[in-house]
Amino acid sequence: MHPFAYVAPSTVAEAVAVLDEHGDRARPLAGGTDLLVKARANVWELDAVVDIKNIPELMNLSVGSDGLSIGAGVPCYQVYDNSEIAAEYPGIVDGASIIGGIQIQSRAGLGGNLCNAAPSGDGICPLIVHSAVAKISGPSGDREVALEDFSTGPSRTVLGKGELLVSIEVPKPAANSGAAYTRFIPRNEMDIAVAGVGVFVQLDSSGQNFESARIALASVGPTPILASAAGDSLVGKPVNDETIAAAAALAKEAATPITDMRGTVDQRKQLVEVLTGRMIKQAVERARG
Amino acid sequence: MTTNSPSKVHVTTTINGQQHELLVPPYMSLLDTLRELIGLTGTKEGCLDGNCGACTVSVDGRIVDSCLVLGAEVNGKNVNTVEGMATPEGLHPLQQAFLEEAALQCGICTPGFLVAAKGLLDNEPSPSEGRIRHWLAGNLCRCTGYDKIVRAVQKAID
Repeated sequence: MHPFAYVAPSTVAEAVAVLDEHGDRARPLAGGTDLLVKARANVWELDAVVDIKNIPELMNLSVGSDGLSIGAGVPCYQVYDNSEIAAEYPGIVDGASIIGGIQIQSRAGLGGNLCNAAPSGDGICPLIVHSAVAKISGPSGDREVALEDFSTGPSRTVLGKGELLVSIEVPKPAANSGAAYTRFIPRNEMDIAVAGVGVFVQLDSSGQNFESARIALASVGPTPILASAAGDSLVGKPVNDETIAAAAALAKEAATPITDMRGTVDQRKQLVEVLTGRMIKQAVERARG
Repeated sequence: MTTNSPSKVHVTTTINGQQHELLVPPYMSLLDTLRELIGLTGTKEGCLDGNCGACTVSVDGRIVDSCLVLGAEVNGKNVNTVEGMATPEGLHPLQQAFLEEAALQCGICTPGFLVAAKGLLDNEPSPSEGRIRHWLAGNLCRCTGYDKIVRAVQKAID
């Protein structure tokens, strides 16, 4: 491992200054569960790591009438242990509670999952379907990026030189809405998704018709994929087996997987179709309360 | 090594109830800090990438893989390792149960399993078998097949 310096600033401005100074040779340190692995494997050669856990905004976790705010350094367990979040954002909890094992969840968070930008990141699709937004600070000011636009390729993001993810902002879900996420892995725990699907649905007040839907796919493309056509196909349609099957078929079409050690193209596309159907049904169940 | 080695980090931390003041190389893991700087070699190195859990310790009451924490990060924190489990009066109930149930063969994974299991029982006094297996999914054992370990944790509950 290349010997790096350790800095632990207490403000966003100081962190941005260090990141800007070092460019690619500095990285923010949140849970370290990807950073230290990559540094040790010399995937990244770093001169400095910027521990962001002393910056209050990046450790803030708040849920209220204006939505959910998840600081970039908040570990997964704080998300899934929060009963308000579990009640209002169960799809986000679905993702946060299957990233690694308990030891990893003590440190790793959704912000790191997003910035690590693995197409398989289980925390990302649930946030995409909730129309979440990334708040970014950088040398030339602040900006916001929709979660579905954050990753630009495997391990690549929209973050420019000196830019730092501050928080993920999730709007408060509409009435009669529900969300769910699952993945397929060949074991019970501690594995990387062969395919994953997140779904958010909003039903009308009767609970019998879709008003809106968003579907996102993990591990079946170079980035998490927002399957817009699949979600849009449900708008205004009744909740039944045909409409759900049609959306699942469109999700399958949106998947662009590769064949690798975890699965084949055909298996992954098949998984997307099956999991999409299941997650729409689960999201509907949750929406109906 | 570069010629400009980054300067060491001053860390004050409590390990197994005892305060330590350390100068830690900024890139040194908590695992190496414990083993190399303090001489607490009970915590084992396994995979070095967060899969095996052999290096599990607790930091402020949460179990973590110490290979994926920097020593510099535990400034002001409470660290507990396997060495902190037994008391002068005897073994921790989990340690005793692991012995009685023969929940180990080679023993490399054992400190990690003990610290992880303690992390569970400290917060949930009577977890189900499913909960125990879920909680310990971040710890690998190549000898026992896990059943003996799970039985030992269940015995410690009783």
